[in-house]
Amino acid sequence: MKKIYSSFMTFILALAMVSCGSSSTNDNRSAQELSGAGATFPLPFYNVVFEQFSQVNGDVVAYGGIGSGGGVRNLRDKIVDFAGSDAFLSDKEMADMAPVVHIPTCMGAVVVAYNLEGVNNLNLSGEVIAEIFAGEIKMWNDERIVAINPGVNLPEESIIPVFRSDGSGTTFVFTDYLTKVSPMWKKKFGAGKSVNFPSGQAAKGNPGVAGVIKQTKNSIGYVGSEYAFAQKIAYAKIKNQQGEFVEPSASSISAAASGDIPTDTRCSITNSSAEGAYPISTFTWMIIYKEQNYSDRTKEQAIATLDLVKYILSDEAQNITSEVHYAPLPDRAKELSLKNLETVTYNGVTIIE
Amino acid sequence: MNDKIYRIILFIAALIMPIVCGGVIYALVTDAYDAFEHFGFFRFLTSSDWSYTEGSEQYGALPFITGTLMTTLLALIFCIPFSLPVALFVGEYFKGRKIATVLSTVTDLLAGIPSIIYGLWGFYTLRPIIMALNISEQGSGILTASLVLAIMIIPYAASLSAEFIKMVPNDLKEGAYSLGATRAEVIRKVVFPVAGSGIFSSYVLAIGRALGETMTVTMLIGNTNNVPNSITSTGNSMASIIANQFGEADDLRLSSLIAIGLILFLITAAINMIGKIMIKRARIS
Repeated sequence: MKKIYSSFMTFILALAMVSCGSSSTNDNRSAQELSGAGATFPLPFYNVVFEQFSQVNGDVVAYGGIGSGGGVRNLRDKIVDFAGSDAFLSDKEMADMAPVVHIPTCMGAVVVAYNLEGVNNLNLSGEVIAEIFAGEIKMWNDERIVAINPGVNLPEESIIPVFRSDGSGTTFVFTDYLTKVSPMWKKKFGAGKSVNFPSGQAAKGNPGVAGVIKQTKNSIGYVGSEYAFAQKIAYAKIKNQQGEFVEPSASSISAAASGDIPTDTRCSITNSSAEGAYPISTFTWMIIYKEQNYSDRTKEQAIATLDLVKYILSDEAQNITSEVHYAPLPDRAKELSLKNLETVTYNGVTIIE
Repeated sequence: MNDKIYRIILFIAALIMPIVCGGVIYALVTDAYDAFEHFGFFRFLTSSDWSYTEGSEQYGALPFITGTLMTTLLALIFCIPFSLPVALFVGEYFKGRKIATVLSTVTDLLAGIPSIIYGLWGFYTLRPIIMALNISEQGSGILTASLVLAIMIIPYAASLSAEFIKMVPNDLKEGAYSLGATRAEVIRKVVFPVAGSGIFSSYVLAIGRALGETMTVTMLIGNTNNVPNSITSTGNSMASIIANQFGEADDLRLSSLIAIGLILFLITAAINMIGKIMIKRARIS
C-alpha cells in the first residue's frame, strides 16, 4: 500500500514538475524543480517566499499543504526534497529514518479564534482554554471566563469548541501549550497531532476550522494566525506566564523565542516565560535529509535545496514574515541553522564549503 | 485475421477489470490484516474506541459504521417522499409527455452535480438554517449530512423507479380501470405490486451511492469519533474518517483505516448485489 501510495505521489509530483518546467537558469547550475509537502500553517508565507525564490534563482518549488504528518511521511518515503512541519520530529520518529536536519523557517502563532456576537475583546488563560476544550466549561457566561473579562457582556449560550479532524501540527502546538499549563489536560488528553477532543465538532485543515468558526455562532477554535486574519475572525488575548494578556503579533511572537535554543533547533516555545511573549507561539520547520543523495536525486538538486533553505534564512525572505502575519526568526536560530546546513552532504561530501 | 486481433483486444480489455477489482481487494485485505490481527476482527467491529495515545492505541470501527448506517438510513427516509412522487409523475401520470421529459431531465441533472458543490451548499445554506431553527446548536451533524445526501440520491432512486413503473403492462392497468378502479387504486393495487421489486432495487442502488459518499459528509457531519447518540449529534462516517485521517496515519492507524475501507467495500458490494438480484427478479416476472 505504502508503495502504491508513494508511486502515486511521485506520479503527481512528476506531473506538477512537467507542468511547470522552468525557462531561466541559474549562473552555475541548471534550474531545478524542487518538491516539498507538509504543514498548512506556514503555507501563506511559503507561497510568497517560494514565488520570490523562483524569480531570483530560476528554480521552481512545488509545495503541497497536506499537513505536517503527511509531509514527514512523504520525506520518510523519500519522494520529496523537503518536508514542512510545525512539530519537530520526536526522538522515536528520528530513529525511524535516516538522519535529518531541522531548519526553522519562521515563527507563527496559533490563535484562539471565536465567534461571539457583540464581543470583540476577549481575554483567556491557558487553564480556561483547557477547561473549555475538555468540555468542563460549557457556557460562555461561566464565572471562570467572566472573572478574567471584567466589563465584557458574555452571553448565556453554550460554547461550541471546534478542532481539527485531521492530524495536524497546529493541534500539536495548541495541545503542547495546554499540556504545559493544565495538569488536568496533561492527564486526560496530552499533546499530539491528533487528540481526542471530547466535545464540539471538527473540520479538516486550518481553512476548514476557520470556516466553521466564521459560520457558527458561539464557537471557539484554534487556527494558524494567518487564517484568522484572512477570514477576519476575532481572536482572544491570552494570558502568559508574566500574567499579561497578550495579542499575537510579530513582536509578541518574537518575544517567545528569546530563550535558549538547542543546537538542533528542536524546541517548543509555547508558554514562554519572557515578558510580552504570546504563549502559543511556535517555530515551523523545514526538514531535509542530511545525506542528500537518495531516490536518484542529482547533486544540482541537492544544491538547489540548500539554496532554497539559505534563501529562506536570508533577511530578504525573513522580512516578508511580518507582512503575512508571521514573525522573523531570532538571530540565534539563523546562526544555528546555517551551521547545521554545513553538515548536509551529497555522497558523504559536504555541499557547503 | 482482423477478427482475431479484434477479439484479442476485446479479451485484454475485458480482463483488465477483474484484475483491477481483484487487486483492490488484495491490497485492502493485506493492509487491513494488521488491524484485524491486533484487535481481533469482531472486537474491531464492535469497539467504539478511537484513541491515538501512543503505546496504547485503540481503534474500533463502531462509531463509523453507525455513522454511515445512520446517515444512509435517514437519507433514504428523507428521499422517498420526493423520489417516489417524481417517479410516478414521470412514469405513470404524465408518461411520455413533454413535462415528464423536462422533470426527469432536471432530476437527472441533480446526479451530475459534483458532491463538493452539495457540500458547499449544505455548509453555507443548509447548516445556518438548521442553526437558525434551533434544531442543533452547531449545525453540523448526522441530520444535516443526511438531508444533503437525500437530495443527492433522489435522481438515482427516481429515474430507475420511473423506468420500472413505465414497464408495468398496459393490459393490467386497463383491466383494472374496466373494473371501475380509480387511478389511485390502480397505482396502489396494480402498479406497486407489479413494479415493486424493481422500485425496491432502485432504492437499494441509491443506498449504495449514499454509503460511500465522502466529501459532502465530511463537510457536514462534524467529524467527531464517537457513536452518535441522536440524529442531531455529530459523528463520522466510514468514508469521512478515511478522508480525514489518511494523510497523517501510519502503522496501526493506517491499517485500521484500510480495514474500515474494506468493511465499507464489503457492505457496498453486498448492497449492490442485493439490488442487482432484485432487478433480475423484476425483469423475469
